[in-house]
Amino acid sequence: MTELMGTTGLILNEPLLWEKGKKGRCGFSLPKQDVEPSPLDPELTGEGPDFPDLSEVDVVRHYTRLSQWNFGLDTGMYPLGSCTMKYNPKTNERQASLPGFSGAHPLLPDTLSQGALRIMFELEQYLTEITGMDAATLQPAAGAQGELTGMLLVYAWHQSRGSRRSKIIVPDTAHGTNPSSAALCGYRPVAVKSNDKGILSAEVVSEVMDEDTAGIMITNPNTLGLFEENILEIADIVHSMGGLVYCDGANMNAVMGVAQMGKIGVDVMQLNLHKTFSTPHGGGGPGSGPVCVKKDLEPFLPVPRIVQKEGRYALDENRPDSIGKLQAFYGNFGVMLKAYCYIRTMGPENLKKASQFAVLNANYIKEMLKDTLHLPFDRPCMHECVFSDKNQTPDHITTLDMAKRLMDYGFHPPTIYFPLVVQGAIMVEPTETESKEDIDRYIEAFKAIVDEAKHDPDLLRQAPHKCKVRRLDETTAARKPCLAG
Amino acid sequence: MHYLPHTAEDIGSMLRVVGADTLDDLFSTIPDDCRLKADLDLPDPLTEWELNNHMEGLSCQMAVAPEYKLFMGAGSYEHFIPASISYLLGRSEFVTSYTPYQPEMSQGTLQAVYEYQTLAARLLGMEVATASHYDGATALTESLLMAIRITGRKRVAVSSLIHPLYRKTIRTYFEPSGYDVVELPYLENGTTDLGRVDELDDLAAVAVQSPNFFGCIEDLQKVGEKAHEKGAFFVPSFTEALAYGLLKNPGSYGADIACGEGQSLGIPLSYGGPALGMIATNKKYMRKLPGRLVGQTKDLDGRRGFVLTLATREQHIRREKATSNICTNNSLCALAAAMYMASLGRTGIRELARQNHDKAEYLKSQLKASGFNIPFDRPTFNEFVVEFPPGFEKTYERLLKKKIVPGLSISPFYPELANHYLLCVTETRSKEEMDELVRGLTIDNSKLRD
Repeated sequence: MTELMGTTGLILNEPLLWEKGKKGRCGFSLPKQDVEPSPLDPELTGEGPDFPDLSEVDVVRHYTRLSQWNFGLDTGMYPLGSCTMKYNPKTNERQASLPGFSGAHPLLPDTLSQGALRIMFELEQYLTEITGMDAATLQPAAGAQGELTGMLLVYAWHQSRGSRRSKIIVPDTAHGTNPSSAALCGYRPVAVKSNDKGILSAEVVSEVMDEDTAGIMITNPNTLGLFEENILEIADIVHSMGGLVYCDGANMNAVMGVAQMGKIGVDVMQLNLHKTFSTPHGGGGPGSGPVCVKKDLEPFLPVPRIVQKEGRYALDENRPDSIGKLQAFYGNFGVMLKAYCYIRTMGPENLKKASQFAVLNANYIKEMLKDTLHLPFDRPCMHECVFSDKNQTPDHITTLDMAKRLMDYGFHPPTIYFPLVVQGAIMVEPTETESKEDIDRYIEAFKAIVDEAKHDPDLLRQAPHKCKVRRLDETTAARKPCLAG
Repeated sequence: MHYLPHTAEDIGSMLRVVGADTLDDLFSTIPDDCRLKADLDLPDPLTEWELNNHMEGLSCQMAVAPEYKLFMGAGSYEHFIPASISYLLGRSEFVTSYTPYQPEMSQGTLQAVYEYQTLAARLLGMEVATASHYDGATALTESLLMAIRITGRKRVAVSSLIHPLYRKTIRTYFEPSGYDVVELPYLENGTTDLGRVDELDDLAAVAVQSPNFFGCIEDLQKVGEKAHEKGAFFVPSFTEALAYGLLKNPGSYGADIACGEGQSLGIPLSYGGPALGMIATNKKYMRKLPGRLVGQTKDLDGRRGFVLTLATREQHIRREKATSNICTNNSLCALAAAMYMASLGRTGIRELARQNHDKAEYLKSQLKASGFNIPFDRPTFNEFVVEFPPGFEKTYERLLKKKIVPGLSISPFYPELANHYLLCVTETRSKEEMDELVRGLTIDNSKLRD
C-alpha cells in the first residue's frame, strides 16, 4: 500500500455535558412571556430536572467534538454485512426538512395533508411494484417491527380461517431478530439447518412443516449472501400444509428489478428503507420497515390505510379485520419521504443497476480475497460475501483482531461473528456506491492485515491504534453497569 | 447516475475478475423461473432539480406554521427548535453511521446516547433510561410487557385517558399473547377512576397517562399507592415530555417504569414520525429492560469510554427469549432530545414549561369568560378540553379557512363527548393569536345562539 488511509488528526477531548457549564447560562432563545403568570398548584409542581446550564457555544462545541469521534459513511467505506450501508443522498435530507413536511401535524384533516398522503400512497405503490406484491403498509418503524407486523398478519390470517398454529420455521441463515419477532406473536421458532451449499433444501422444510406450523420466515437472499434457490419448492410445501411464507427483505438490495418475491411464493415481507432505499441509519435509527403483502392478507394490514378517490387522498380507519396499530401515527414519515425521493431519482433502470453493481462489488471482493481469507461457501454470492478467520487460527489471530486493525487503515470493519452458521464470520457488504478504487484499497488493506497477522500479530491484538480510544472493557461494562451519570 | 461510480471500464475489468460475461450472469444462481423478465413499472428518474420542484410542490400542499396557527397537540406538539440543534443533528458523522457495534470508532454516538440516557432519567426522576424506542405508544407497550415478564402476571389495567392510539397499539401487540387489557373508566373531573382496580387480580401493571389525553394532571400519588397495594407495577406514561420541566416527575411518585413520548424535546412534528419512545426505570430492573443501553467503561489505557451493554438481553444473543425484538431504534431522535435538554438547561426548561402552562391557562380563562364550557376541572399543563355548542363543525371549517386549527375533536375516540375538542397551547402561540382564536370562536358562537 502506498499510504495508509487511516491517520491521526487533531481531535479534542470533551467532558460529559454535566461536567461543564455554569448555573444561570442558557443555550436557548426563550420566547417572551406575553401573558400573566398563572401559578400551578404547589402540590403538583416539581423542582425541575437537574440539567446542566450551558450556553449555545458550549452545546455546539460539545456535539461538534463528539461527532468527530464517529466514523460515518460519509467518512469512508462502511461495508457492514446485512446493513446495506450505501451512500445517503444529500438531496433527500433537504426534501425531508422542507417546512411542509417537517412541520406537519399528524392529526390535521386529510384535506390539509394532501402532499404527505400522496407521498405515502405512491411509495406504497412503488414498493409493491419492486417486490411484486399487492399492497403495502408503511407503518412499521424499523425492520424488526416490520417482522412483528408480518407475524401479526400471519396470525390474523390463520385466525380468520379458524386455525391456531403454534410454530414457525426459522432457518439458521435468517436474521437475528426473526425468532424474537415470532416469539412476540406467541410462535415457537423451529430451527432448520441450511445445507452444504449454504441454502435451505426443500427436504428439511418438508420434514418439519406440518399443520401446527404457521409458516416459514425465510431471509432471501440469506445472511450468507446466497439466493435461496429452492424458494419455489419450499413455498409449495409450506402452502400445501396451509402455511404462509414470510420473507425478511432486509437483503432486497441484491435483487431489485431482478426478482420479485411476490412472484416466487412469498406472501408477506418487510423492507428496510434505511438499507435498500438509502435513508441514513442515524447511528441506530430512525429506520422504517414497510410490509408488503399478497391480496389475501391485505384486509389485515394496520390502520389507517391510505386511499385515493378522484385524485384526492384520505386516511381510512374503517377496516374491521385490521390487526390495529403498530405505533401512534403512520410510521416514520420523515424516513419514508427520503426513500420516496430515492426511488424517484433512481427510476427503474438505476434501481436495477444498483442491485447489479452491489452484486458485482461483493463478488469482486470475494474473488480478490478468497486466497487470503477462508471462504466457507465458494459460490457466486449476491450483495454480500462471508469469510472466516480459519486461515488465521494458526497465528492465534481472530476475526475481532482483524476487524479492529481495519480501523487503523481507515475502514469501518465488516459485520463480524454473524451469521452464526460460520464460525468467526466476516461478512462484507460493499454496496453499489463504492468505487473500484475504494474497494481495491479495502482489499489491499485486508491483505496487508493478514500479512501482519503472520509477522506482527501483536499489532492486531492491540488494535486499533488510531481511534479516539483503545479497546474497551465490555465485560466490566456488563457486570457493573453504569448507565447514567 | 451520480450515486453510482462505476465506469464501463470498471465494470468490464471487475466482471473479468469475477468470471462473468455480463451483469446478468452475476445472477446465475437465481433459477430462471424466479427471474423477473420485464422492467419494473416505476416512474422515470428525476434530476435533482426536478425533484426539488416536485417536492416543493407537495410540501406546499401541507398546512403548517407559520402560515397556519395550530392549537392542536394530542400526542404531537409544535415547539420551537433552535437552529443550533438542526445544524448539529445534520452532522454526517452522526447521521451516516450505523448502530455503534464498533465502539472505538463510534464514541461520538455512544457518549451522546449515554448523556441522553442520563438527562432522560433526570427528567423523569428515575435511575436509568434506555437508548430510545420508536415512539410513545410502543414505549408504553414494551413497558407493560416488561411488567408482565417481571411479575409473571398476565393482566394490565390501562386508563381510558391514555392516548387512544396508544391503547390501540397495546391491543395490537397483545392480541396473540392472550394478555388481558382492562380499561379503567374516567371520573367527572377528567382523571382516571381507580375503582375497578380493587376487583382485578393477577395484575401486572396499572398504567395511567399524566397529563392525560384530556390534558388533566392525574393524581399519581393515589395511582401509585393503588398499584402497589395490588403488587402491580406502577407505570405512568406521558405524551408531552416538556411537562416535567414544571410538574413533579414520575419517579417522585414511586413509578416502577416511566415511559412515553419525547417528540416535544427538539424533534420536528414530521407528520407523526420519527418520534422518540422513552422508557426509564430503577436499577433493580435494568437487566429486564427492552432495547439498547449504553454504559460507561474504560479502555486499555484506563481512559473513559462508552459501549453498548447488557446485550445478553437482546435478540441477537437471546433470540426468542429476548426482552424485545427491537434492533434499529430512534437513536438520532434521542440525540436531538439530548441537544434540546442541554440547550435549555435546568433554568430554561423550567421557564419554557411554565410559559406553556401559563399560556394554556390564559386561553382557558378567555374561553371560560366567553361562555364556553371547560368540562374537567382538574389542573392541566398545555392542553385542555373545551365543550363547544352543537353545530360547531361549521365554525371549525370556517376557522380552518382562516388558517387557524382550533384543536382536535375527541368524539371519535369518546362518543359520549360530542362537540368536545382538545386544545393545546405551546410557547409557539402568542397572546395575539389566542385572542384571535377566541374572537373567531365567539363571533360564530353568538351566531349559533341566534
